[in-house]
Amino acid sequence: MFKLSPEGIEFVKKEMVRYETKLSAVIPCLYRVQDENEGWISPECVAYLSRLMDLGESEIYEVLTFYTMFNQKPVKPLHVQVCCNVSCAMQGSRKILEELKKQNNSNVTLSAVECLGSCDTAPVLQINREPYMEKVSLEQITKTLQERTSS
Amino acid sequence: MEHKLLTEHYNKDNYKSLEGYKQCGGYETLKLALNKQPKELVEMVKASGLRGRGGAGFPTGVKWSFLPDNNEPRYLLCNADEGEPGTFKDRMMMEKAPHQLIEGMIISAFAIQSHKSYIYIRGEYTDSISIIEQALKEAYKQGYLGKNILNSGFDHEMDIYVGAGAYICGEETGMISSLEGKKGQPKLKPPYPAVKGYLEKPTVVNNVETLAAVVPIVRDGAEKYKAIGTERSAGTKIFSVSGNVVKPGNYEVPLGYPLMDMINKLCGGLPPGRKLKACIPGGSSAPVLTAEECEKACLDYENLMDLGSMLGSGAIIVIDDSNSMVDILSVIMHFYHHESCGQCTPCREGTGWLDQIVKNILHGKGRLQDLDLIQNISQHMMGKTICALSDAAALPAISFVTKFKNEFIDYIQQNKISSDNLNQVV
Ligand SMILES: Cc1cc2nc3c(=O)[nH]c(=O)nc-3n(C[C@H](O)[C@H](O)[C@H](O)COP(=O)(O)O)c2cc1C
Ligand code: SF4
Ligand code: FES
Repeated sequence: MFKLSPEGIEFVKKEMVRYETKLSAVIPCLYRVQDENEGWISPECVAYLSRLMDLGESEIYEVLTFYTMFNQKPVKPLHVQVCCNVSCAMQGSRKILEELKKQNNSNVTLSAVECLGSCDTAPVLQINREPYMEKVSLEQITKTLQERTSS
Repeated sequence: MEHKLLTEHYNKDNYKSLEGYKQCGGYETLKLALNKQPKELVEMVKASGLRGRGGAGFPTGVKWSFLPDNNEPRYLLCNADEGEPGTFKDRMMMEKAPHQLIEGMIISAFAIQSHKSYIYIRGEYTDSISIIEQALKEAYKQGYLGKNILNSGFDHEMDIYVGAGAYICGEETGMISSLEGKKGQPKLKPPYPAVKGYLEKPTVVNNVETLAAVVPIVRDGAEKYKAIGTERSAGTKIFSVSGNVVKPGNYEVPLGYPLMDMINKLCGGLPPGRKLKACIPGGSSAPVLTAEECEKACLDYENLMDLGSMLGSGAIIVIDDSNSMVDILSVIMHFYHHESCGQCTPCREGTGWLDQIVKNILHGKGRLQDLDLIQNISQHMMGKTICALSDAAALPAISFVTKFKNEFIDYIQQNKISSDNLNQVV
């Protein structure tokens, strides 16, 4: 059974009164749930959050399903999001993504994402919600992933 | 020549702290503003000629004066959702000069007599989020935010709201829906947000750069700001330049600055041995310019409009002769298809078809009649939908297949498969 940590529950209670409407707290609370549930939001998480926030599950699903940063399926510990929009594609980002796919790292989920707003330092990628890796090379990201998945 | 009105102190390390910002005269303009009449400030911004820097270029002071003259609570929303491909100026502003944005917002809020504002930041911008959070804390502590700001009697609360990955939340009514805790779908206008916006209350939505520009306008006076740039495009603008240039980055220049000077003088030109093929001057929604058109282009609202394109968000993507225009259009069409919120049939279906047809051509499965089909579909997508995303997809499609028709025909007739030149590791 999924449950937020006591700090997580505290966070949700605060967010529920932080904005003009309780509904506005759904996005920040979904982020919290995702962080405490290994990076994804299961139906069980939604049921839990709906009880905690006293909202209908449909109200939570409306938000959850609209935004790409919420994962409705399990993800591996490292979610590598490679920008494949114009400026990054021009600097070889799609090739990097292709090569990473071939590596088949069992601790890594790979996604192509849209412009990350850092086109001057293309190619750019983001691991989970960390600061971007900019002007990244295949060697660099390969090494990073190896280091982080072996420890 | 660069003209650094907003980006002057970007290279100072401590400028992002309140201390560093104050050393450069930060929050002095706020004091000045609080001693003026709110209406006076609105007039000042009107007189400055400042136009929205988020994409549509609407005169900022005019937008503010659309607020109804009543006692309803009103909101100020800062659009920091920056999602237009090629644009990275708002992120830089938040990371390097967060207090400049906050000061501009407090002054703007005072001008429109709003007591609550939100900065809506896209979820991917984790650095911007933490830097703005920290800056807000500092501003509250120093009494620039909260009750009775600097003993003026004016109260204002400012908070941030973090998006979760949806380009469409950059459209102002999509942003409002998102902030209301619903899915971020745009709403039909009118009513415009100034009349019925966030929670159905009067709301002003402005871009990060627009709100930051209010500081120098109030500090130096409207006349001085208006004197920069061209007759109808006043002031400076930050351009995000990326693609095939030696020194990509953000460059602030007076509006009206020649595009080729931007590329050659400020950005160090193209990589050695390459030739300019095309340029997207205002984010991926802006119709593409051929190399010939680039020679004539100046970076202001009117000039780019005359060339059949637009200034948009100020994102310049420089494309050299090593690229395939079919491939680039395919990337752009995929983007709009992915980001359409699906409410309007012409947009939902149109972006899907355009994506598929261009992909077919790219993969050697195109037919000559597809070129007319692209034109036809695009024509049916314009001016028929709730928001402008549909137009934003149609415009580049039309311009690419019109201006680079031969390249598309090559792919079709020679069954030329994607030359893969975008795929090379550099
Ligand atoms: C599909 C779409 C996406 C948009 N994305 C953004 C954006 O990321 N940032 C932004 O400031 N404006 C964006 N806009 C423009 C906003 O709707 C709005 O015009 C702007 O925020 C108003 O601020 P301004 O007058 O200061 O430019 C977008 C518009 C459309 C139609
Ligand atoms: S035009 Fe497209 S993105 Fe805009 S509201 Fe309609 S379907 Fe949604
Ligand atoms: S295109 Fe990759 S960050 Fe903009």
